[in-house]
Amino acid sequence: MPPQSDGSIGLALMTIDQTGSPSTAGHQFPAGSDAFPHRHLLGIAGLQPWEILFLLKEAEQWVDLNRQSSKHTNRLDGLTVINAFFENSTRTLLSFEIAGKRMGADVVNMHAAQSSVKKGETLIDTAVTLNAMRADAIVIRHSSSGAVQLIAGKVDCPVLNAGDGSHEHPTQALLDALTIQRRKGDISGLTVTICGDVMHSRVARSNIYCLTTLGAKVRVCAPTSLLPAALDRMNVEAFSDFDKALDGADVVMMLRLQNERMNGDFIPSPREFHHLYGLTRARLALAKPDALVMHPGPMNRGIEISSDVADDLERSAITEQVEMGVAVRMACLDVLTRRSRNVEGWS
Amino acid sequence: MKQLFTNAQVLIPGAQAPQSVNVATDGDRIAHVSEAAPSKDQQAIDCQGALLAPGIIDLGVFAIDKPAFHYGGITRAALMPDQSPVLDLPAMIKHNASEGKPDLWSHPLAAATKGLNGAELAEIGLMKQAGARAVATGRNWVANSGIMLKLLHYCRSLDMPVIVHSEDSGLTAGAVATAGETATRLGLSSAPASAEALSIARDIALVRESGAHVHFRQVTTANGLDLIRAAKAEGLPVTCGITPAHLFLSDIAISDFRTFAKMSPPLRSEEDRQACLEAIEDGTIDVISSGHDPRGPEDKRLPFAEAESGMAGAETLLALSLNLVRDGLISLSRLFELLSATPAKILGVDAGQIAEGYEADLIVIDQDAPWQVDTRKMAASTGNTPFDKLPAQGRVRAIYKGGKAL
Repeated sequence: MPPQSDGSIGLALMTIDQTGSPSTAGHQFPAGSDAFPHRHLLGIAGLQPWEILFLLKEAEQWVDLNRQSSKHTNRLDGLTVINAFFENSTRTLLSFEIAGKRMGADVVNMHAAQSSVKKGETLIDTAVTLNAMRADAIVIRHSSSGAVQLIAGKVDCPVLNAGDGSHEHPTQALLDALTIQRRKGDISGLTVTICGDVMHSRVARSNIYCLTTLGAKVRVCAPTSLLPAALDRMNVEAFSDFDKALDGADVVMMLRLQNERMNGDFIPSPREFHHLYGLTRARLALAKPDALVMHPGPMNRGIEISSDVADDLERSAITEQVEMGVAVRMACLDVLTRRSRNVEGWS
Repeated sequence: MKQLFTNAQVLIPGAQAPQSVNVATDGDRIAHVSEAAPSKDQQAIDCQGALLAPGIIDLGVFAIDKPAFHYGGITRAALMPDQSPVLDLPAMIKHNASEGKPDLWSHPLAAATKGLNGAELAEIGLMKQAGARAVATGRNWVANSGIMLKLLHYCRSLDMPVIVHSEDSGLTAGAVATAGETATRLGLSSAPASAEALSIARDIALVRESGAHVHFRQVTTANGLDLIRAAKAEGLPVTCGITPAHLFLSDIAISDFRTFAKMSPPLRSEEDRQACLEAIEDGTIDVISSGHDPRGPEDKRLPFAEAESGMAGAETLLALSLNLVRDGLISLSRLFELLSATPAKILGVDAGQIAEGYEADLIVIDQDAPWQVDTRKMAASTGNTPFDKLPAQGRVRAIYKGGKAL
């Protein structure tokens, strides 16, 4: 089968040479399921650069579709997608629901608050129950690291991780990468500064894996009390001085600071955090003149980011991130269900 | 009944290597160890050249699990007070001391504080009268130093050793792993390994204050072991132990959120693991125990942070510990000091050695017998071992409790 080509993005995508090692020359991906041979999307850790780029390339067509007045495809017609959210979420759940519906799937949302989880059912039993309902894909969010992987081992259909504890949030990293790629071109070589509660952030972890895999230089910045151990082993540079971390950055990614960590537990007060780690216009001037500002939302305006920065359409890609989220999730649902849909080259 | 174990390589106190001698028993006691031939009134037991060792005394198990103990050559086990209900009353000690007899002796450890709450002393003196031979703080550290000092003074006056868990709870609250690359990658809440050294440093200071014998049940870090080493050099009455998990696994074993490798204290870095092996070699570590804690799927088939800690360790204790001999770290006789003689001394029981007058708790070991650890085929009540599929060497061929074959 000839490799799929894509010239529309104008990026240096990966190709596989004779020895099987990736090179940045060309615009090709391995044929069929070799482009993304994984059954689930549990995390970014362990993905090859071309696998990530393949998902980003696949998402481009959905960005285009989503900008049309009729935003519908029949690709997942007849498939059932269950969004099992064991932890509260508004935007991720909505994004997955819209993604599934635009692809033509029957989308069902399960909220933990309404589920038998509250009645003491174990996670495994819930997973087996969902499986028995013959879902074609299950999207899971859970407050405990590793919980999504645990469920994936018990079901027959693809599982998409919509965030597990402080572990991973792979579709967030993919939508962030897509946003950066569309604004900046090749991610390789960019300097990305991630600032905020890195210790508890699944967004930070997935982004660290994704961006370092794609060749970006990643800096993380937080008071040491919010940085996990051994970050140097993850190919990132750790800072506690935000000004230094911003110096010459191409992208500044702010993380949400959870309310419960703001009042004396990890940091003394919100206003002190804003003073030391809030992204203000003056601080942003330390980064490159065209540096992109990102935030996974929901924002604490006036704490980790000031409103004038967040609302600056020239610099802020925050609403674009939300837009890319739907497209990336459509791509993930499409790619992961290709086996069960018997798409040529994927069975 | 009189018996004579013949044709055996016998581990006897003071000898580095096993000796070709015969062991005579009379009733439940060892009568003598000599080269004497069997007499008419003795029943001869041919050990066929195998190793004859004292039965293992497992210091600090969380369940009495006879099939696993028999498989592993364990003839006595000290039961941790973390039971439901907690072993904090004389009646519970009495009840649990009789559990398992006659073929397995259980030595219930008295809870140091009521309900192991770390706040009020339990009736330790009455529990001693009921048969408790040592006191334990359970899975927890007694965070309040004032309570801990009172406990040590009290136990000193009762001449009872105190078995402690060594993790500063202020640091480990909510943590499920050791801070390091693995925990960071997995997004697991973690505590620095220094939580151990912190708690050991305090308890050593209180030993100096009180003179009580403290046994640190599991010391798993280089800094913690350094503190123990220094305390021993100072002449303080401290001993410490470890389980094979911390000798043969580092925190990489929890990758993929493997709950079977979730331990308390958590698995440490490779550097700390190496330090533990050195401490076995130089004699800083006094006891190897299984930490036997069988846990079913309801406790283990959960997200990592929600799963219970602990492993079913009884049947792998001997085979894994024999690796230390094969790797040249210690001699066979030293190994059985760690597994049998020293735990017996801490509990104050006449067992754990093949010597005249001691309890005839004996195991016949085929040191070379190969087998494979398999979670699905364990003798333990559940097979939660992090050593699944590991090729192992060394099996117990026969086990005698008080001279009686099991």
